[in-house]
Amino acid sequence: MYEFNYRRANSVFDAVESSARAEDASYLAGGMTLIPVLKFRLAGPSDVIDLAGLSELKGIRSEDGAVVIGAMTTHSEVAGSAEVRQAIPALGDLAESIGDPQVRNRGTIGGSIANADPAADYPAAVVGLGATVHTNSRAIGADDFFTGMFETALEPGELVTSVSFPVPDRAAYMKFPNPASRYAIVGVMVSQGNGGTRVAVTGAGGSVFRVPEMEQALVSNFSPEAVAGISVSADGLNEDIHASAEYRAHLVTVMARRAVAAAG
Amino acid sequence: MDTGIGAAVTRKEDFRFLTGQGSYTDDISRPNQVHAVFVRSVMAHANLRSVDAGAARAMPGVVAVFTGDDLEGVGGVPCGFAPDGGPMNEPPRPVLAQGKVRFVGDMIAMVIAETPEQARDAAEAVYVDYDELPAVVSMEAAMADGAPTLHDLDDNSCFSWGIGDAEATDAAFAEAEHVTTLELVNNRKCPNAIEPRAAIGEFDTAHDSYTLYTTSQNPHVIRLLMGAFVLGIPEHKLRVVSPDVGGGFGSKIPHYPEEIAVTWAGKQVGRPVKWTAERAESFLSDTHGRDHITRVDLASTSDGKFLGLRVHTQANMGAYLSTFGPLIPTYLYGTLLAGLYTTPAIRCTVDGVFTNTAPVDAERGAGRPEATFLLERVVEMAGRELGIDPVEIRRRNFIPPDAFPYQTPVIVQYDSGNYGPVLDRASDLADYAGFAQRREEAAGRGRLRGIGFAAYVEACGMAPSQIAGIIGARAGLYEAAQVRVHPTGSVTVYTGSHSHGQGHETTFAQIVADRLGVPFENVDVVHGDTDQIPFGMGTYGSRSLAVGGSAISKALDKIVAKGKKIAAHALEAGESDIDFTSGEFRVRGTDKSVGFGDVALSAYVPHNYPLEELEPGLDEGAFYDPANFTFPAGCHICEVEVDPETGQAQIVNWNAVDDFGKVVNPMIVDGQVHGGIAHGVGQALLENCAYDQESGQLLSGSLTDYCIPRADDLPSFCIETTETPCPHNPLGVKGCGEAGAIAAPAALINAITDAIGVAHVDMPATPEKVWAALQSAQGE
Repeated sequence: MYEFNYRRANSVFDAVESSARAEDASYLAGGMTLIPVLKFRLAGPSDVIDLAGLSELKGIRSEDGAVVIGAMTTHSEVAGSAEVRQAIPALGDLAESIGDPQVRNRGTIGGSIANADPAADYPAAVVGLGATVHTNSRAIGADDFFTGMFETALEPGELVTSVSFPVPDRAAYMKFPNPASRYAIVGVMVSQGNGGTRVAVTGAGGSVFRVPEMEQALVSNFSPEAVAGISVSADGLNEDIHASAEYRAHLVTVMARRAVAAAG
Repeated sequence: MDTGIGAAVTRKEDFRFLTGQGSYTDDISRPNQVHAVFVRSVMAHANLRSVDAGAARAMPGVVAVFTGDDLEGVGGVPCGFAPDGGPMNEPPRPVLAQGKVRFVGDMIAMVIAETPEQARDAAEAVYVDYDELPAVVSMEAAMADGAPTLHDLDDNSCFSWGIGDAEATDAAFAEAEHVTTLELVNNRKCPNAIEPRAAIGEFDTAHDSYTLYTTSQNPHVIRLLMGAFVLGIPEHKLRVVSPDVGGGFGSKIPHYPEEIAVTWAGKQVGRPVKWTAERAESFLSDTHGRDHITRVDLASTSDGKFLGLRVHTQANMGAYLSTFGPLIPTYLYGTLLAGLYTTPAIRCTVDGVFTNTAPVDAERGAGRPEATFLLERVVEMAGRELGIDPVEIRRRNFIPPDAFPYQTPVIVQYDSGNYGPVLDRASDLADYAGFAQRREEAAGRGRLRGIGFAAYVEACGMAPSQIAGIIGARAGLYEAAQVRVHPTGSVTVYTGSHSHGQGHETTFAQIVADRLGVPFENVDVVHGDTDQIPFGMGTYGSRSLAVGGSAISKALDKIVAKGKKIAAHALEAGESDIDFTSGEFRVRGTDKSVGFGDVALSAYVPHNYPLEELEPGLDEGAFYDPANFTFPAGCHICEVEVDPETGQAQIVNWNAVDDFGKVVNPMIVDGQVHGGIAHGVGQALLENCAYDQESGQLLSGSLTDYCIPRADDLPSFCIETTETPCPHNPLGVKGCGEAGAIAAPAALINAITDAIGVAHVDMPATPEKVWAALQSAQGE
């Protein structure tokens, strides 16, 4: 990796201030993407600001019909959380499906959504459950947060502090993993609750997206059959050595149907 | 505790490995060492207008930067095999590119600095001016009319080779009632040893001698190739050490340019030069395996009796010839095409092709998985086409047990075998009779269940040196051993085999403990150092126990023979009256005896000793050149369930019976079989070494894109062995390290195609491929 200045932040304020002062800073959360990228010399930030010491960004709590997860909470903490399991089991299942034990013990929800990998699992949870992303300066609705491949609504230096997931009446996540990386080739989160009915797809496109046709069909009939005949267009979907766009499009329907069945 | 032959002794070496005390090449730091990083081509095919290292040389910590110009006088990387001695196009492979690069990863410059990071920084400052040329990535592109040529040759052909009687095969097809045809791809693999390659080159001015530490499966071979053919260093001035090596799978057999570069540079800069590959670098620059395109035709009668087999294969050599590249798809491939069957006429032709990809060489099984895959696939297909059960069609064609030694139509003569009981036992283990019911039950859950068989025979224990010479190997293939009994009766064994995961330190010690009656813990095995080991051809092709173990056995014969002389003197008896059992030399028919330890002590403290007839000491060496290959055989049966909506195949059962001859350590053998199956499952289901067909960029260059199997990809295996001892080596052993990798791909693809009712799916049978095959089958 290239040389950089390392700073261990002692508060959110300190982290944001340090970032603002630096020429080109990167926040280091779990480092599951940033560290390999640095090692491959694909990025050369002037400063790396480590968030590991910020206990204010960790933890899971229930609040006004929502589960609020601190940005530095690891995937294994989410997967193992009794509160998550009780309120939104689909979110626990999703966290448990990420990567492997080492990744789940290091990787964080804030790091994952800020990185916005098109094949990451958490974007499907954020959009599929209609979550709100809280940062050091504002709250961003799920549908406004992810803006493209590896792109979010975050301003330079803006730091995710927590994600608030409204508790749905029912929800489930179904994922067809890439066998090598265990990222999603296609992952579909479906949910129904006060926030409406949502079907969010990760892995298939450049960024997480909703499938309005499926959502409408589920509003009147929340059953697997309601989505079984609905397919998304392969145009513009991801295509790589692991799966063609056509296959991904096919999997969206299969995973959506299975998710609906699992959500009951 | 029994620690002799046949005992499942816990591995000696595991204590140091599991407690992090192994000593791998990268763990070795030499005083005053500097670090090398190689500048590698980012283009698959380009002329180099210039390589400007000026800026790099001025970077902090940089000791030296070498380019192709600096190594102009250094010999190229040699190839160790030409089929039948040639003709073969054997273009030079420079250590560092000389004006042209031929694959992504080809070495252009070597940057040496005080730290690895400084070397990496400086490597980025080497300015390479590429004049990009069109790349030929696939063999089809390489052999197309007017294709750009990699080398200064008329085309991209390396060799055209054939084996078997073409006329007899044509005649067999002329009388055939049925012909089964299959076109298939044997997919390219990246071997991915867990330890990346590494090397340290060091020059000792005081003794005018070189030392190379390297991650090799065969340090003496590296010493010979590099010393004699590249750098001109005589053997007594070159020591090659392969310490603990973390897996090889064939990718650490070849002699690599990095080994030459660090050894040469160590002298140039006057300091030890160390290089360790990163994983991404391993993907680009380790030799790859397999990569065949094949058409096979099987001629048979309508009741499934095989009459003839015709095979044509294009084999990808990559951009340059690796050490044994041309051996793998020729004599390690065509000679196995009889399989377990009496097919009377076989003709196989193979074209070796250069492409703008990494060189291809041995990978676990090396030629034999490719042969077994096509044969067991086409046999299974023939059975389906003719309506004959897969067990039955195999049984009808098995070489009968009374036909051994059996001369195949493809040169090799099988020494021993008894295939029927292996197939029967495997079928019983797999409860083949109950399969129909399991299939029905799975259908009720929406799953397509299939069963696949693969019966294989492989040639291990390579090789009789004279045969190796005739077919084109530029080396002998014996093995050497030295058994040194110390004065107090403990034993050090020096073996030319090399353990990089196989557990030789345990297995070989068991042989010695069993034979000499000494405690297992009093035997240590030393390997991997040309200054300590008399000689060695190394470990590959499941040869270590059959050849290296036999060399140890021969040396032990000499120890026992000398021990008898010493004992006879001590016991005042005739030498021919001495029996040696369980560590005791005994005068036959009496209670007069002397222990092995006393004899050893007497050999080194020869007070009461026949010095006029016998030298002191108890230290014997042996070379063993095998009389024939060994021929392990077996049957693997795989059951899968396919999710028809996604095409995902899940392995639900794996049963296997293998005949490895005599088994020394059944626990280690089980582990080898497990690992081999995992290897084969990886090839058949997961591993896809993919290059962009236009640019020649490696698309599967990291572990997030290249999928090696993990525990949850595999079922629990149910495996057994049968024992038909090898008749021509002293231990009766055959070899087990590659069997799983040889059998598994065919068993798995046979199961998947059975499940989904299609003729063939190419490897790796990814969910998308299986799903697409199902779609097209349903469309028909």
